[in-house]
Amino acid sequence: MPKDGGIGASSKRREDLRFLTGKGKYTDDINLRDQTYAYFIRSDVAHGTINSIDISAAMKMPGVERVFTASDFEGVGGVPCGWQVTDRHGQPMQEPKHPVLAEGKVRHVGDPIAVVVADSLAEARDAAEQVEIDITELPAVLNMKDALNDGATKVHDDLTSNLCYDWGFVEENRDAVDAAIKGAHHVTTLELKNNRLVANPMEPRVAVADFDSSTDEYTLYTTSQNPHVIRLLMGAFVLGIPEHKLRVVAPDVGGGFGAKIYHYAEEAFCTFAAKQIGRPVKWTSSRSEAFMSDAHGRDHVTKIELALDKDGKFLALRTDTHANMGAYLSTFAPSIPTWLHGTLMAGNYTTPLIYVNVKAVFTNTVPVDAYRGAGRPEATFQLERVVDKAAREMGIDPVELRRKNFITEFPYATPVAVEYDTGDYHATMDKLLELSDHAGFEARAATSKANGKLRGFGIAHYIEACGIAPSNLVGQLGARAGLYESATVRVNATGSISVMTGSHSHGQGHETSFAQVVAEMIGIDESQIDIVHGDTAKTPMGMGTYGSRSIAVGGSAMVRATEKIINKARKIAAHLMEASEADIELKDGQFTVAGTDKSVAWGDVTLAAYVPHNYPLEDIEPGLEETAFYDPANFTYPSGAYGCEVEVDPETGKVTVLGFTAADDFGNIINPMIVEGQVHGGLAQGIGQAMIENCAYDDDGQLLSGSYMDYAMPRADDLPMFTVDHSSVTPCTHNPLGVKGCGEAGAIGSPPALVNAVVDALQRAGHDVTHIDMPLSPDRVWAAMNS
Amino acid sequence: MYDFDIERPSRIADAVKLMSDSTDAQPLGGGQTLIPTLKQRLASPERLVSMAGIDEMVGICKDDAGRLCIGGATTHAAVAADGSYPGLSGLAARIGDPAVRNRGTIGGSLANNDPAACYPAAALGSGATIVTNKREIAADDYFRGMFDTALEEGEIITEVKFPIPEVSHYAKFVQPASRFALVGVFVAKFADGVRVAVTGASESGVHRWSAAEEALSRSFSAGSIGSLEAPSADGLITDLHGTGAYRAHLVKVMTGRAVAAAS
Ligand SMILES: Cc1cc2nc3c(=O)[nH]c(=O)nc-3n(C[C@H](O)[C@H](O)[C@H](O)COP(=O)(O)OP(=O)(O)OC[C@H]3O[C@@H](n4cnc5c(N)ncnc54)[C@H](O)[C@@H]3O)c2cc1C
Repeated sequence: MPKDGGIGASSKRREDLRFLTGKGKYTDDINLRDQTYAYFIRSDVAHGTINSIDISAAMKMPGVERVFTASDFEGVGGVPCGWQVTDRHGQPMQEPKHPVLAEGKVRHVGDPIAVVVADSLAEARDAAEQVEIDITELPAVLNMKDALNDGATKVHDDLTSNLCYDWGFVEENRDAVDAAIKGAHHVTTLELKNNRLVANPMEPRVAVADFDSSTDEYTLYTTSQNPHVIRLLMGAFVLGIPEHKLRVVAPDVGGGFGAKIYHYAEEAFCTFAAKQIGRPVKWTSSRSEAFMSDAHGRDHVTKIELALDKDGKFLALRTDTHANMGAYLSTFAPSIPTWLHGTLMAGNYTTPLIYVNVKAVFTNTVPVDAYRGAGRPEATFQLERVVDKAAREMGIDPVELRRKNFITEFPYATPVAVEYDTGDYHATMDKLLELSDHAGFEARAATSKANGKLRGFGIAHYIEACGIAPSNLVGQLGARAGLYESATVRVNATGSISVMTGSHSHGQGHETSFAQVVAEMIGIDESQIDIVHGDTAKTPMGMGTYGSRSIAVGGSAMVRATEKIINKARKIAAHLMEASEADIELKDGQFTVAGTDKSVAWGDVTLAAYVPHNYPLEDIEPGLEETAFYDPANFTYPSGAYGCEVEVDPETGKVTVLGFTAADDFGNIINPMIVEGQVHGGLAQGIGQAMIENCAYDDDGQLLSGSYMDYAMPRADDLPMFTVDHSSVTPCTHNPLGVKGCGEAGAIGSPPALVNAVVDALQRAGHDVTHIDMPLSPDRVWAAMNS
Repeated sequence: MYDFDIERPSRIADAVKLMSDSTDAQPLGGGQTLIPTLKQRLASPERLVSMAGIDEMVGICKDDAGRLCIGGATTHAAVAADGSYPGLSGLAARIGDPAVRNRGTIGGSLANNDPAACYPAAALGSGATIVTNKREIAADDYFRGMFDTALEEGEIITEVKFPIPEVSHYAKFVQPASRFALVGVFVAKFADGVRVAVTGASESGVHRWSAAEEALSRSFSAGSIGSLEAPSADGLITDLHGTGAYRAHLVKVMTGRAVAAAS
C-alpha cells in the first residue's frame, strides 16, 4: 500500500502550484525602487589585447549613470577559485587571476570588458554602442593538445604555459599499472571525446544588488544554488565585505544543473556598483549571454586502456585525459576532472590497478566547471565504453563481462582512494534485464530488420560518489571550503514547524521531500512543516545544493536537528505527564508513557515550550528550536544498470531511441515520485548529450552553437518512454536516513548506454564501427557507416 | 531593440503608401524572423508596416485556372488546415511549432528566403507565382540565393498562386536544434512533368534538382531516384550539423522518400 504521507510517500510537489501558475518569485521578478540596469559589453573575439577603451561618448548618453571598466576595479580581488589541485610533482596548479572586468586582455568570446549602468536597459544598450574599444586580435588557443606544445600562444602571459596541472592518480601505482598493461593477455584501447555542453537552465542568471548606506549593508539577490558560498567567496575574496554586512538571497531559481553553483563576475559587479552609484543595480542575462558566460560542462579528450586476462578479468586500467578549463578557473573547475573523476575510475569493478592522468588546459573558451554529474559522467562514459569494446573484442557477452568483474563484497576499498559502503550490482543488472525484456531483444531486432532498420541494445553500469562530502577529506584534496550541511528546526508554539536548511532547492522539490522526513519523525502532517531556504539572513551557514548532496547531507542535518527537538520535547512531555523521560514514546504526534494510557499531544508540548507555566525551567530552557550541522563520514555511492534500445536508419544515419530503462539503487527513498522525476530529468540531459547537444567553437574561437538555432536541447519527442526502477535498495550505512542521492544518476549512466546501443546496432549489421563521438548526430553515424 | 513606429493599415494601397513615404520602412508579417532580429539589434527600421490587418492579404481561395491563391499575410496554420493542396498543407503543418505557425506568414517566409526554410521549396517545386503590389514573379525567377530574392525595396508580397499538382510531398529532414530543414525536398508531379525543389542543402539557397526531375518525369517512382547518382556536394552547406557530402546524400534519400509518400 502506498503511504499517504511521510517517508516513502509520493507526496505531490507543493512548490509546483506556484511554479506552474506563474506565481514563483524568481530573481528577475525582484525590482527595487530606483534601480538601474547593467549592460555588459563583452568581447566578440576569443583572444586579444585591449589597446584602449573610450567611454566619453557613452557617459554623455541619456539615462547613463556610469560606465565601468577594469580601471574601476583596482584594489578589488579577482573572482576566486575554490579548489586547489596539486600536480604529480607535488606542485600547486597554475592559477591565473580572473578579473571582474577584463584587464588588458580578453580571453574568450563573452569576456566582459565594460559595463554601462543606466536608468533603463534600452538606454544602457544605446550607450554601450558608443563605447569605443580597440582590440588587437591574437591567435586563439583552442585545441588542448596544441596548447601544450612548446611555443604555443599563451592564454595567460604570466603563467609558464597553458597547463593548469598535470595530475597523476594514484601516482605510486603508475609503474605497476604500466607493467600490468604491458604483460596482459588482452588490452582494449579507446580514444574518445566527452563533448562540451551548455547547461541551459530555463531561467538565465540574474543579479540584483542593493547597498544601504545608513547601515553599510549590502543585499544581493542572485540565481544561485548556494547563497552562503557566494557570500563567502564574494565577500571575503572579491569585495572585502564582512559577512554580517552582506546578505545573499537566492529565491526561486529556475534550474541550475551546476551552472549556478559558481560565483560569477556579474554578481560581484552589481554588488560593487550598487555602492559606487548609490542605487540598486540589476542585471538579467540574455540567452545569448548565457551561452557565452555561464560555465560550460565536460569537454574532455581521453585515451583509456583496459587490460584483461584470458578469462576477461580486469587487470589494470590506465587513462589519459586532457580536460578543458577554459580561459579562467571557475569556482570548482579544478576538482571536476580530478577528484570527481579519477576516484570513480574503478566503477563497479574489482580492477586492482588503476592510474589516471589528467592534464588540465587553459584555452580561449568559456570556463568549464561542473554540470549535472560533474566528472562522474566523464569517468563512467570512458569506462563503460571501454568495457563494452573489450567485450566485443574478446567475444564475451557485455553483460557477462561486467558480471565477471563486479564488486560483490562491501565495504570495498578501491585502488582510487574511495571506499564503497554498500551496493548490489548483480541485483540492479538483473532488474535491468528483466524490465527491458532483454530476452525478447532478438525478436524485436528481427522485426526492425524486416522494416529496413538496424536495432541495437546497449547497457552501462555506473557508480557515482554523491552526498559530497566529508570536510576533512575534501580539505586534504584541495577544497578551500567545508562540505557539511546545516539545518535549524524551529517549532512554533502551536506545533507547526519551519525548517531552515542550508540546502537550496531549484527544482528538486525539497519543500516537499524535506517536509516528509520531519513529518515522519514526529508523526504530524506534512502541511504543518515549511521548508525555508536560499537566504543567508534566514538559514544557518550552508554549503548548498550540488553533487546529489541535499537529502544525504542536508537531509541528515535536518534529521539531527529534529532528533534534538524530539529529545527536548520528550523531556517536556515527561514533565507534563509526571513520568520518567526514559518511558516517553513518540508516535503519530502523541507522547505516551510506555505501558499506560497517559498521553499528551505534540501541540500541547510545543505550547508548553513557549508558555512555560508548567515547565522544567530548572533543567531546560523554554522554546523549541534546534540547529545541527552534519558532516558525513563518507560519500554515498548510488549505482545502477542502464539499458537503451535504439534503431538506426541505415539510409540517413538517424538514431531513434526506442526505450530506456534505468534500474537504480539509491538506498532508501523519501518520495518515489520525486526520485522518478529526477531520473527522468537526468536521462533527458544524458540522452541530450549523447544524441544532440554540442557546444562547438570554430578555429578562431567563435562560438558556433551560441543560440538554440544551433545548440540542440532535447525535447519531449527526442526522448523515449522511460522505465525507471529503484526497488533495489542497499541503504547507505553512514547517514541516518540510509539515503544515497538521485539527482545526477540519469545524466551519468545514460550516455554510455546509448553509444553502446548504437555501436551494437551497427556491428550487428556488419559495420566495422567501434566508436562514434557524441553527439551521435545523423551525419556522424552515416559517416561512420560509410567510412 | 531600437525604437520604431508601427503602422497597421487595413488596405494594400495604404500599406504601399506607408512603405514608400518612409526612408526606412519594412513590412511586418508574423514577426517570427523579424522580431528576433530587431531584439538583437541587427536591424533598425524606422517604421514597421504590419500586414496582419490587411484583409485582402489573408485567406485562401482558388482562381479560375484552379490555382490555390494564398494571401501574403496568411499564416502557416491556415495553410496547414486548408488541405486542398495536401503536399503544401503537409509542409506548412511541419514548420516550427504551433506558436510559429499561428503567427508566421507565407509572405514573410518567402520574402526572407532563409536557405533552410520550407516554403521556398514548395513555391519553387510547384512553379508558383509570387504576386506583389507591383507585378507577378515566377518562382523560377524569384529566388536569387541565400536570403536574396527578386523583391525590390518596399515591395510587398500580396499573394502566392500555386498550381495544384496531381501528387506531391515534402520530405523534411530536420536540423536537430532549429528544426528547420537540414535538407528538405519538395516533389510535385504535374501532367506535363515533375518538379523537384531542394531546400536546406545549398549555399545558394533553394534550387531545383534537374536530374531527378528528368528521371521522375520519365517514370514517377522511388526506384527512378534509387538509380540516380546523388547530386554533387560542391556548393552544398557544411556546418555543425552535416557536411556537404552528407547533405548531397540526404537530397537523394529525401527525394526518394518524397516520391514514395506523394499523394
Ligand atoms: C522557433 C521557430 C521555428 C521555425 N521553424 C521553421 C521551419 O521549420 N521552417 C520554416 O520554413 N520556417 C521556420 N521558421 C520561420 C517562420 O516560418 C517564419 O514565419 C518566417 O521565416 C517569417 O515569416 P513571418 O511572417 O514571421 O515574417 P516576419 O518575421 O514578419 O518578416 C520576415 C521578413 O519578411 C519581410 N516580410 C514580411 N511579410 C512580408 C510581405 N508580405 N511582403 C514582403 N516582405 C515581407 C519582413 O520585412 C522581414 O524582412 C521558424 C521560426 C521560429 C521562430
